[in-house]
Amino acid sequence: MQFLARASAASLRRSQAATEAFQRLGACGYATTQLTVRDALNSALDEEMERDDKVFIIGEEVGEYQGAYKITRGLLQKYGAKRAGFTGIAVGSAFQGLKPVVEFMTFNFSMQAIDQIVNSAAKHHYMSAGQITCPIVFRGPNGPAAGVAAQHSQDFAPWYASVPGLKVIVPYDAEDNRGLLKAAIRDPDPVVFLENEIMYGESFEVSEEVLDKDFVLPIGKAKIQREGTDLTIVASGKLVGFALQAAAELDKDGVSVEVVNLRSIKPLDRETIAASVKKTHRLLTVEEGWPQHGLGSEIIAVVVEEAFDDLDAPPERVCGVEIPMPYATPLEDAALPHVSDIVRVARRMFNLE
Amino acid sequence: MDFPGGKVPFTEDLAWLGPGFTPRPTIPCYRALDSQGAPLPGTSLPHDIDQALATRMYETMISLQAVDTIFYEAQRQGRFSFYMTSTGEESTAVASAAALNPDDVVFTQYREQGVLMWRGYTPLDMANQCYGNALDSGKGRQMPVHYGSKALNFHTISSPLATQLPQAVGAAYALKLEGKAAVAACYFGEGAASEGDFHAALNFSATLSAPVVFICRNNGWAISTPASEQYRGDGIAGRGPSYGVPSLRVDGGDAVAVYNAVAEARRVALERRGPVLLEAMSYRSGHHSTSDDSSRYRAAEEMAAWRARDPVARFERWMAVRGWWDEARGVGARKAARREAIAALAAAAKQPRPPLSEMFSDVYDEPPPHLVAQRAEVEAFVRAHPETLPAGMPLE
Ligand SMILES: Cc1ncc(C[n+]2csc(CCOP(=O)(O)OP(=O)(O)O)c2C)c(N)n1
Repeated sequence: MQFLARASAASLRRSQAATEAFQRLGACGYATTQLTVRDALNSALDEEMERDDKVFIIGEEVGEYQGAYKITRGLLQKYGAKRAGFTGIAVGSAFQGLKPVVEFMTFNFSMQAIDQIVNSAAKHHYMSAGQITCPIVFRGPNGPAAGVAAQHSQDFAPWYASVPGLKVIVPYDAEDNRGLLKAAIRDPDPVVFLENEIMYGESFEVSEEVLDKDFVLPIGKAKIQREGTDLTIVASGKLVGFALQAAAELDKDGVSVEVVNLRSIKPLDRETIAASVKKTHRLLTVEEGWPQHGLGSEIIAVVVEEAFDDLDAPPERVCGVEIPMPYATPLEDAALPHVSDIVRVARRMFNLE
Repeated sequence: MDFPGGKVPFTEDLAWLGPGFTPRPTIPCYRALDSQGAPLPGTSLPHDIDQALATRMYETMISLQAVDTIFYEAQRQGRFSFYMTSTGEESTAVASAAALNPDDVVFTQYREQGVLMWRGYTPLDMANQCYGNALDSGKGRQMPVHYGSKALNFHTISSPLATQLPQAVGAAYALKLEGKAAVAACYFGEGAASEGDFHAALNFSATLSAPVVFICRNNGWAISTPASEQYRGDGIAGRGPSYGVPSLRVDGGDAVAVYNAVAEARRVALERRGPVLLEAMSYRSGHHSTSDDSSRYRAAEEMAAWRARDPVARFERWMAVRGWWDEARGVGARKAARREAIAALAAAAKQPRPPLSEMFSDVYDEPPPHLVAQRAEVEAFVRAHPETLPAGMPLE
């Protein structure tokens, strides 16, 4: 394991790769720019390390290898490296005033360290009666990847979202990734930041505002990603994209879909979810995780508590199949939700089958 | 052989190293006093203990013994849910604390209340914590004996074993980056040293060159598991050199030796900018906790033999040789300590509980909307039904 620590910044040469990423970002003069999720994350890390010398990155292969998914590309050359690692060490350094960003190669491997996240990082502020904060970010790819089977393909969002003291973010596009990672690093509380490996190479159009060094999005606020009047689809991360595609498909049936991009799943933006359902009167949740005690269960509970009388149909869930992820491609495919599943279930809600 | 990990010599012998093949001598235990407290001539004592320091160490140990005895009994009477004594290990905690600097950051396991007392935490502070009353600086959130004090650089105790070890490495690393001349002192039992976190912490402390003083209290028992079943190597100190961590075994019941060992450990950690491991050999003379009855798994003779080596009595004898202690002074100190412990419990018992409204604070730095809503709901309910508020607990 390794981590990047700021050495005397002035003496360190900015790497070629980071410079390029930066130039791509700074291609001003246009109202919008294309930005990949990877560059959104890389630039957010870079700028936050530049801004605050207490911020450092710690994790497996984040140095010379530039992270398993190259999110930390260029940062080693810029900030210098110290070999290190391990979640408990990062937690201890946060107690002592540093601001570590822990990169898990994938959240599957965070299970080795979950005691440090749940029992130490999340609870220390409360147990010390507010005397000690733990400003730390745990980030990395979460959720099913492709072709890596049971122990590498799992959605941990509901696990972490159940823990008081943690904030949990599931970003979707480049804007979300950039604005929310910067917010997470600046936040005084421990934040679990769940990325998606499959999204890293995706490109999104972003406005100039998003490229500003101080562009931060509020934690705990959802975004209406698409307005609609007949059905609310609540999604997070990669599945926001699925929901948008399904919405376009359902348009053809004359069903106007509103897509709520949760962005944060703890705290959960109950208001935005409830307001949307009060408008559309129908709710469909989508996630890649397992159904029992999943995000969908929680969102439906919120709607039952806040907007039960506004519902015109029973809420529905689209989830991953409740089995460990199989390896063989057709089985893996069958275990995961697709745009077509979302469309099918939505049609069922309107008796359009 | 040149290998990425360093140079390795070649040999033509197919020779095993280790137990049954090339037995290594057991690491000896450094001490300054014999089992009765008589000073041993020729002991290397780089750090002098003068009369004022000795008196303060003595009085802290006496106070610790009084608190342990009286609080243990109070728990048996049902005044609070849990208690743990440090009987048999008073000198490990107090003498090590005396050798540290107040700037040094301390991470402990749960049986090191002597460290906190040395730093100024009073029997009343302890009683307030055990009762979880309104004066508890922890707002009544942690179970008894899980003390913490930011002002005293003493981290809130964490129940899951060994979590404090990698955390101490991280804190030490932060101290080093800040350029502070301070160490992280990390206490743990030999049982906790069987957790994975022990091994990760030692390895990373060495590779990171983090100034940590690891202090293992090898008290012979981890609840009902004897040290003889805990490891097959040479205890805990025996592991240190394999991780590249300088290590020393010390008689934990010998306050003079512990003081010298920890003062040296601190010096070495700061001068070399790296970790040091101490293994303090002692005996858990009390039960594991108030939830345990150790007579069910260990011999009465063993317990009696160790009680006869009471670390405080050994220190008294050493002080007496120097003319700093006599029977009358000892009796006076014990009486005063007992009175203070009893008065602390009585005072703590009279305090109200922390206010109900505090239940929701400090989960986050700023309370998020769902907690604000839950808190408002609870407050409205209690205002409407005041009889539901638990006795002795104010609303705000
Ligand atoms: C991870 C974990 N496993 C088990 C326990 C239960 N437990 C509490 S104390 C203890 C024994 C620890 O013994 P040792 O480290 O030798 O310290 P001692 O009590 O002797 O001071 C155990 C097993 C725990 N608190 N945490």
